[in-house]
Parts: sequence; structure tokens; C-alpha cells
Amino acid sequence: MKIIVCIKQVPDVTEVRIDPQTNTLIREGVPSIMNPYDYHAIEAALQIKEFLGGKVTAITMGPPQAEEILKEAISMGVDEAVLLTDKRFAGADTWATAYTLSKAAEKLGFDLIICGKQAIDGDTAQVGPEMAEFLDIPHVCYVRKIEKITKEDMIVERLMDDCYEKVWLKLPALITVVKELNTPRPPSIRGRMIAKKAEIPKWGLEEIGAEEDKVGLKGSPTMVKNIFAPPPRGERRILEGTPEEQVTTLLRELRRLGCI
Amino acid sequence: MYIKINIEKCNGCGSCVNACPFGAILIEDNKARINEACNLCGACIESCPEEAIIDERVKEKKISEEYKGVWIFAEQRDGKIASVAYELLGIGRRLADTLNVELSAVVFGKTDEVEELIKWGADKVYYVSASEYSYLDDKLYSKTLVQLIKTYKPEILLAGATAIGRSFIPRVAASLRAGLTADCTGLEIEKETRNLLQIRPAFGGNIMATVVSPNSRPQIATVRPRVMKRGEYDPKRKGEIINIEPLRPSDKVRILERVEDISFCKVSLQDAKVIVSGGRGVGGPEGFKMLWELANLLGGTVGASRAAVDEGWIPYAYQVGQTGKTVCPKLYIACGISGAVQHLVGMQSSDIIVAINKDPNAPIFNVATYGIVGDLREIIPLLIKKIREGVIE
Ligand SMILES: Cc1cc2nc3c(=O)[nH]c(=O)nc-3n(C[C@H](O)[C@H](O)[C@H](O)COP(=O)(O)OP(=O)(O)OC[C@H]3O[C@@H](n4cnc5c(N)ncnc54)[C@H](O)[C@@H]3O)c2cc1C
Ligand SMILES: Cc1cc2nc3c(=O)[nH]c(=O)nc-3n(C[C@H](O)[C@H](O)[C@H](O)COP(=O)(O)OP(=O)(O)OC[C@H]3O[C@@H](n4cnc5c(N)ncnc54)[C@H](O)[C@@H]3O)c2cc1C
Ligand code: SF4
Ligand code: SF4
Repeated sequence: MKIIVCIKQVPDVTEVRIDPQTNTLIREGVPSIMNPYDYHAIEAALQIKEFLGGKVTAITMGPPQAEEILKEAISMGVDEAVLLTDKRFAGADTWATAYTLSKAAEKLGFDLIICGKQAIDGDTAQVGPEMAEFLDIPHVCYVRKIEKITKEDMIVERLMDDCYEKVWLKLPALITVVKELNTPRPPSIRGRMIAKKAEIPKWGLEEIGAEEDKVGLKGSPTMVKNIFAPPPRGERRILEGTPEEQVTTLLRELRRLGCI
Repeated sequence: MYIKINIEKCNGCGSCVNACPFGAILIEDNKARINEACNLCGACIESCPEEAIIDERVKEKKISEEYKGVWIFAEQRDGKIASVAYELLGIGRRLADTLNVELSAVVFGKTDEVEELIKWGADKVYYVSASEYSYLDDKLYSKTLVQLIKTYKPEILLAGATAIGRSFIPRVAASLRAGLTADCTGLEIEKETRNLLQIRPAFGGNIMATVVSPNSRPQIATVRPRVMKRGEYDPKRKGEIINIEPLRPSDKVRILERVEDISFCKVSLQDAKVIVSGGRGVGGPEGFKMLWELANLLGGTVGASRAAVDEGWIPYAYQVGQTGKTVCPKLYIACGISGAVQHLVGMQSSDIIVAINKDPNAPIFNVATYGIVGDLREIIPLLIKKIREGVIE
């Protein structure tokens, strides 16, 4: 069983804020972390490997410093890792990201690809299903349970808006996972030692055989035109008076606003 | 690279450093320098008071004039058209009128409500009624939609940012090599270019971005439910329904079963107009009974913080926040919730937020439209009583 896990380095968004005065992002000291959903993708891959045997490869596309999260993946037990890095990959939207990742996946070969549900910075949840289309394989999003898996097929539960669905799919395939699926293991001491010594191969455009006009900014149909602070909330007030008065004011205001 | 600093103009003031979400700008020798962490997002450009940042990202235009018209994907679940489809018709109608083109809806799966789409503003409906389309089959849905788009060539396609839309629309965009913008909360037409300006939250709702797809058609966006207003309903409105031949499903995926878990299905948190949400301060399952009573009176449902879920007072399906659901009701009443950032990201785009907490310094008050500092065991029963009285009056 060959499993590829796609992981992304992201800024810790819980620490990113816009300064309402200057309209700029305050990112002083915002640390880079592995996308939280991707730990669950790694855990799922490791559990499948323990059950069926095989090999788990983690890949990421990003700047050279994204190597950190690949080392972290190795310390959790991933067998090998590849860093897709090339100046020409910069500025990729989800289309170009998915294209680049799927070129690498083709080169590596796979039975199953696992992605996180979404990255907490771009927040699009598009890269997984777009990769599946490029690779012409079936996919299932928001997997919250893997009920059965063999070398040929699997049965998973996917979380929908109002219920969940049991889906059978034939391998090779791609799934994106939600946090409910599992509890990621911490890195082991042995894993940390291996990670420290690991040489992580770096692949650029030529190594994955990608077309230059389909990667990075050039390959991206979307472009971020500008970034701004979310509109400030309207009035904000702490209600005064006795509990009785507070409740009366609240209900009057809510009626005025048509909320109730 | 495509984003550069004009060293002549740069005075090293550093405002671009803070503007960059990726930490890609450093000041060295009193000049800004962009390193390889740059994501070409463009956030720095407008932050520079000296106009020293050069943007060379804009490419030559090569879009085809052939693409005309606005489409919306109207999803159905169990034969019922989802409410988001009517919201898409509302915004779709506005965009189509601005562009002076037709508005069409696409429906996959059998439903009795096709006519409704016309009454809510569609000029045409492309309808595939075959039973294979009843539930989301990603490959089948995307293949069919791609084929329709290649035939009829719309310039804009909108779908709901729902489990269904966010799962299969990316395949459509990948296949067509079209730009796809996720989870939009605002859509406008840029008059000069006829481009769609797609406004969306990113970074967990901490920032907003305007995204454009200037060189590809159709411009595709998923739109967050319950943000756009419905248009006007006209029971006499006429339109055309075009029946489309189904394609054959692949033999690689099959939906085996829909699990109608009651505790799960009943909680349509994402569709609720009013949510009364409880945290650790609610104190126990009995406290939640009180919240249910209030929610029922207001025609809403109950939500919860993770602390309340972890305590076992209410099932996980009700959890709001980073690891639970993202909601944006008209009214969100947070009772005994401190306002941890992981909770806020799930609810801070609600229209009106009311916070009831006994700690005046609780961070929840920072996002609350109305705050009541007090004991919820006193406030909630009072609310219930007053509403009851109000109804009787
Ligand atoms: C403010 C802002 C808004 C944006 N809006 C859009 C938009 O609307 N449409 C659009 O096409 N692009 C958009 N982008 C660009 C987009 O964020 C990047 O293309 C990004 O590389 C991938 O998208 P994501 O972060 O949303 O990932 P998601 O699709 O949310 O990620 C899902 C999963 O895919 C995998 N994955 C994602 N990226 C990588 C990677 N680099 N390496 C390995 N695995 C990965 C991970 O498993 C991850 O859990 C935006 C960027 C910014 C800064
Ligand atoms: C990775 C990660 C993911 C997470 N995901 C989520 C998530 O999805 N959703 C989520 O909610 N949390 C999430 N959390 C947890 C989050 O950090 C907080 O711990 C949690 O939201 C706290 O819940 P709470 O506000 O109910 O409890 P507390 O923080 O304990 O707050 C209780 C509040 O009730 C008030 N109170 C007590 N008694 C009364 C009374 N009688 N009347 C009025 N007020 C009273 C107190 O003043 C206090 O402010 C996550 C955490 C992590 C680390
Ligand atoms: S374009 Fe974006 S990532 Fe690059 S330097 Fe400017 S703000 Fe930073
Ligand atoms: S904001 Fe402009 S002038 Fe100031 S450091 Fe950055 S590039 Fe230089």
C-alpha cells in the first residue's frame, strides 16, 4: 500500500489580526505551524500502514523552510518526505497547487492520497478534490471514519451538512479528512532522531515534469487583488440597569432589529 | 519575482513588514527586502506610503468573448431544493442584470420544485432528473456540469459553499482550468472589465480578501449560505426548462447509505436563524433544557462550546467553533461562554451577537453587539418570561 499525505505549512491564524487603525495585518511573532488538519491526515495514513503494510510519503509544496513540517511528519513515523520547492512555484492558487502536487504524486506512485479538509490560512478546501480531478481518480471529502480498507477499495463515512453518508470507493483514490477521524500521535523519540538525520529530497519543476505555464503565479487562474480588515461590528454595548431592565432593553433592541 | 521593492523609493518605514501575512518582508540596511516566503498575495502593495512596491502580477488579457450568462448550481437534498439555491438566484439575478445577460439554474436529481427556481428569478433551468443524481456522486456531478459548461459557455458559475458544492465544484474548476474562489460573502461586477470581484474571508475569518479570475472563464465561486438575500418572488414569471440527458456513473464510487442519525440531522445549525449557545457556565444538562426552551420560543436551535460538549452535556453535533461547525445566524446568544478564539472563529460572522456572562472581562464581550453582565440562571428565565408575556400581549 503506497500512501501519500499532503501537508502544508501555515501561519498560526489564531494569532493573525488586522490592525483596525492602519488596516494592516499584525503578524509580529506569528509562528509557522503545520496545518492542524494535516496531522489527522498523517495519523490516518500511519494507521492504514500499520494495518495493511506499505509505505507513507509526506509531500509539501512551499518555500525551503517548509522542510520543518516534513521533519515533523517523519518524527511521527512517516517513511519518507519530499519537498516541492522552486521559485517558479511561488504564488500558486489552488489550481496550480493541485496541479503541482498531482505531478509529484504521479511520479511517486500511490494507492491512496490523504489531504486535510482545509488549510487554515487559504481556507478553501479545494486542493484535495482538484488533485483528484487532475489524477482522474475518485475522491471523498470530509471523511470522519474509515470503516473498511483493503488493497483494492475502502468504505468511509463522510460528514455532510445535515447527515452523514457511507461511501464505497475503489482505489486508487483521494480522501480529505476532518479532525473527528482520529487523534494524532505525538512524535516519538526515535522518530525525532530519524527526522534529525533525514535528508529530504527537493524537487523542482523539471524533477516532477510539470509544464511551466501551469505552476505558480503564471499557472493560477485566480489572483488575490487586495486584503482588508473585516467590516467592524456595528454598535457594541454592555446593557445597564437591573437584570429586569437589561432584559427589557435587550428584547426591545432585538425587536427593533427584526431579530425576533 | 512579480512583487518587487523599488529601492530608490523605499525609505525603510516598515509598514509593509506588518502587512505581509507570510512574514516575507524584512528590513535590511534600512530598505525592505522580499524573501522566498513571498506568496505573491499582494497584501503589501497598498500598505506602502511611498508606493515603492511594484506589482507585476497582472497578465495580458486573453479571455474569450464567447462566454455569456450567469449560472447558479441549485443543489437538492432528498428532492428539496436547498435554501442556498434561492439566495444564489438573488445575487445571480443582480449580477446578470448588471451584465445584461441571462440567469440560468442547473439542477441535478429529481425534485418537484424546478418551477420555483424560475419564480425566484431564473430565465432557464438545465435539469437532469435521473435517479443516479439523487445524491452527490462527485465524478458524475462534475463530469455533467463540465459538459454543460462546455456546451453553453456561461461567464459566471455560482454554487453554495455547502458540503456538496465545496466537494465537487473544485473538480469542475480543475477540469476547465478555471479560477475558483471559495466561500464568498460578497460578489460584485467590476464595471470596466466585467470581471467578478469575489470577496471572501480567509485566515479563519481574521481577514477579508478580494479575489479575481481575470483570464479564465467561467469565473467560478462558492458562496456562503445565509449571506446573500433572496430576490423577488413572482408566481407568474415564465422561463424555460431544458431537460438534459444523464451521463453514466463511474463504477468507482457508490453511496451505500445515508445515515439519518437523529441527533445529527435535527441540528441544522448552519441553517438556523437563531442559535442559543451554551458553554461551561451553563453548569449542566438541566441548564441546557432552559436554553432549549428559549431557543424554541425564538424559533431557533441550541449550540454549544467545546467545553460543554466535553462535559457530556450535549452531543458533538451541536459544537460551534474551529473543530465544530461554522455558523452565521441572524442572532447568536452566547450563554456562559468565555469567548476563546477557537469558539469565535465559528460564530463571529453572525449578524447580531448577544453575550450573557458573569465575568465582565470575558473576551466574548469584544465581539458582542449586546452584552449582559450577570448570572445566566437569572437572566435566561427572565428572558423566557418576558418573551412569553410579549406573545400574550
Ligand atoms: C487571502 C487568500 C485568499 C485566497 N483565496 C483563494 C481562492 O479563493 N481560490 C484559490 O484558488 N486560491 C486562493 N488562494 C490561494 C491558496 O490559498 C493557495 O493556493 C494555497 O496554496 C492552497 O489553498 P488552501 O490554503 O486554501 O488549501 P486547502 O485547499 O484548504 O487545503 C486542503 C488540503 O490540501 C493540502 N494542501 C494544500 N496546500 C498544500 C501545499 N502547498 N502542499 C501540500 N499540501 C497542500 C493539505 O492536505 C491541506 O490540508 C488564496 C490565498 C490567500 C492568501
Ligand atoms: C485545537 C483546539 C480546538 C478547539 N476547538 C473548539 C471549538 O470548535 N469550539 C469551542 O467552543 N471551543 C474549542 N476549543 C476550546 C476553547 O479553547 C475553549 O476551551 C472553549 O471554547 C471554552 O468553552 P467555554 O467558553 O464554554 O468555557 P470556559 O472558558 O470555561 O468559560 C465559561 C464562561 O462561563 C462564565 N460563567 C460561568 N458561570 C456563569 C453563570 N452562572 N452565568 C453567566 N456566566 C457564567 C464564566 O465567566 C466563563 O466566561 C478548542 C481548543 C483547541 C486547543
Ligand atoms: S506579495 Fe504578499 S507574501 Fe509577498 S511580500 Fe507582499 S504581502 Fe508578503
Ligand atoms: S512600506 Fe514601502 S517604504 Fe516602507 S519599508 Fe516597505 S517598501 Fe519601503
